[in-house]
Amino acid sequence: MIDRGTGQIAACALFLPHITRDIGVMTELESESRPLLQVTQIQKQFPGVKALDCVSLDLFPGEVLAVIGENGAGKSTLMKILAGIQRPCTGEIRLDGEAVSINSIQDASALGISLIHQELNLADNLDIGSNIFLGREPHRWGVVNRRAIDEASVEYLKQVGLDYSPRKLVRELSVGQQQMVEIAKALSVNSRILIMDEPTSSLSQRETDNLYTVIHALRAKGVSIIYISHRLGEVIELADRVVVLRDGQNAGNLEKSEINHCNMVKLMVGRDFSSVRTYTPRPLGDEILRVTNLVTAAHPKHQVSFSVRAGEIIGIGGLVGAGRTELLQALFGVVPALSGAIAVAAETTAISCPIEAIQAGIALVPEDRKQHGLILEMAVRENCGLASAKRDQRNGMLNRSAECAISQEMVDTLHIKTPSDQQLVQLLSGGNQQKVVLGKWLAMKPRILLLDEPTRGIDIGAKREIYQLMEKLAESGVAIIFVSSEMEEILHLPDRALIFHDGALTGELAHDALTEEAVMHLATGSVVAA
Amino acid sequence: MKKTLGILGLLVAVCVFTALNSDNFLSTYNMQNTFRWIGLFGVIGVGVAMVIITGGIDLSIGSAIGLTGSLLALFLAKGYSPWVVVPALLLGSVFIGLFHGLLITKMRLQPFVVTLCSLLFLRGIGRYATADQSVGFGSGYDVLGILAKGSIPLGSFSLPVPFISLIVVALLAGFILKFTIYGRYLFALGRNEEAARYSGINTDRVTIGAYVFCSLCAGFSGIVFSLDLNTVQPAGMGEFYELYAIAAAVLGGCSLRGGEGSILGVLIGTAVIVVLKNAINILGLPSQLEFAIIGAVLLAGVIVDELVKRMVARKRAEVAG
Repeated sequence: MIDRGTGQIAACALFLPHITRDIGVMTELESESRPLLQVTQIQKQFPGVKALDCVSLDLFPGEVLAVIGENGAGKSTLMKILAGIQRPCTGEIRLDGEAVSINSIQDASALGISLIHQELNLADNLDIGSNIFLGREPHRWGVVNRRAIDEASVEYLKQVGLDYSPRKLVRELSVGQQQMVEIAKALSVNSRILIMDEPTSSLSQRETDNLYTVIHALRAKGVSIIYISHRLGEVIELADRVVVLRDGQNAGNLEKSEINHCNMVKLMVGRDFSSVRTYTPRPLGDEILRVTNLVTAAHPKHQVSFSVRAGEIIGIGGLVGAGRTELLQALFGVVPALSGAIAVAAETTAISCPIEAIQAGIALVPEDRKQHGLILEMAVRENCGLASAKRDQRNGMLNRSAECAISQEMVDTLHIKTPSDQQLVQLLSGGNQQKVVLGKWLAMKPRILLLDEPTRGIDIGAKREIYQLMEKLAESGVAIIFVSSEMEEILHLPDRALIFHDGALTGELAHDALTEEAVMHLATGSVVAA
Repeated sequence: MKKTLGILGLLVAVCVFTALNSDNFLSTYNMQNTFRWIGLFGVIGVGVAMVIITGGIDLSIGSAIGLTGSLLALFLAKGYSPWVVVPALLLGSVFIGLFHGLLITKMRLQPFVVTLCSLLFLRGIGRYATADQSVGFGSGYDVLGILAKGSIPLGSFSLPVPFISLIVVALLAGFILKFTIYGRYLFALGRNEEAARYSGINTDRVTIGAYVFCSLCAGFSGIVFSLDLNTVQPAGMGEFYELYAIAAAVLGGCSLRGGEGSILGVLIGTAVIVVLKNAINILGLPSQLEFAIIGAVLLAGVIVDELVKRMVARKRAEVAG
């Protein structure tokens, strides 16, 4: 890995001749031991959740600082505070030793801090140049000086290795190229600190390599980079230092020499995952679901076949974009499959909409609970009863007593923390919101429960409860298929894991065969299990 | 309930102001007339409220009123039995709503565009069918005429039948919204259509139902308005009525983003508009100013409402902080 890194520095030095000059600057800056950015004792409170609790970090000039932690550890919140999107409740931010207050994105930008978002923030109907200079177009009497934009843009594009005309429309670029435009935009405002939030989550391998090259080049120029990633391999390759967050607090820092997989995981999890969950095999029932040659609209070239038994927990692993969510959506009829057969309890079932899936005893807890799982402005009770309202109706009339009973039962058994079941769902924490979505479906007594990233963005305690619930449901005979991007969950929870790469089912691993290496090989498509 | 308090305040203010400046406002005759007009306009307000709760809009109401009104006059003048004509027109209105709903759900067209086209189309058809001539059908339809002109005596006051019709429609709509699963689905999909679909709700069917209800209300109103007038001018009948209906619904607390609204609010919103029109008339204000005054008072009401809301929110934040 290190070989490749240095190779890339050499490669980019070829493309960017000014770097050799800048490396001198870097060492000079590094010899100064004063941090460029000092974040001290930041706290951030959301209704019901303490997102950040006394978090501190230092960032030195020209270093790549990786900030890692599990989902919900507070990384994104911290970055949003630095970028001026959110304000801390208490705490201090110093830049060049001076206390600053960052109240808006404009403030952050003026201080030289730019955030490269997980979801890109470009106007894709405009061209590259217009995006780079959006809001600060050089002009005379209100008429945009297009030539100035083009000339300057070319310069910035060269720095990020993009060889396109500034007049090219952003929507014609790939995601990775669009990200480069964002970085170019950050460079054009003379950013000294670049914050990258999961920059590789939707990049191809080649685009990722190109990003590394650009990051090395920027570091060589003295730009400091805060790099947030779930992918520890990337962190090992890129980071000069690592700050680990856990449950909204500092869990520890790692110097360059200490950065390895083991250390990072230890700090992130804070405990061995297997102490949270020990896998005990359960007796499995008959086959409840058989999927044959299923083709989803997102990956029309691949056919997927597998079967699930009652009481079985199936984990679906793979990288973002591997077609996992699309599989669940096809099984639930949200985006019906193009072809293939779905058989529930040995009966072939046509599923063209969620209503048909529900009739077949299938339930889906979607990945984006705010968009797809909940009516945020409605109360806990109404959300819990939404799916079962039709079943419990009395000649079209709402059965309020049944609804009330369901919500009471779910609040009690799932331990939903809420002042009452009349509380609006939007006021609950992520974990409790997720429990409301679960409750809505448990009221339907599903035979097959599909869970898409069931623990995304919720705290450790709620996660543990959801794991317990999954196991309890499996024991009662419910088949569970869950998609997760968290390696620990794929390794420890399921009886069997199906691993996807780029729309194809690349392999199936029984619990005993589940190792991180095996999963990663299948997920990256480097081997196909026989 | 809280949301209707502001608009109720506006209604009371307008009533008190008018009563203080005119002896006629509270007279039995004027009150009966005002209730009759509230009844006539309220029905379309309730209809459009259902559509607004889905997050949609119906701009075709005025033209639908014009069309059903003209056709009623036309067919009655030609001697057809009202017992055939009225059900046929109501059925036709259902089809208009069905057409809107299908285009909006199955074709994914925007409600604004679909119903704007209907606004033009239905008006044109009505004018063509009647050759743009005003059509009178005399006063020979006593039984049917009760719908528009009848009243039920309650002591010295007689309650106009259109107001009673409104109460029936409002109770029906209120019941649907509050007590049926259809009403629950309507609010749910108005707030978050995707989540509603993911919960196994047939969102298309629910949405289509709202448009059918709205068009049916418009068709019914067209018939009643026509009976009220005896003579129908196809080019102008019902013009702008959709805007009164939408204004009444929004004043009454329906959010144009969907998922919010109450029938009681719509009734009060309708009352505000009707009383304003009445006040301009009996206070002897120049009738050319009618739109200007209605617009100004409604705007003022909305601004005050927003300011009060912000003040309450600030107070609450201070208490919490």
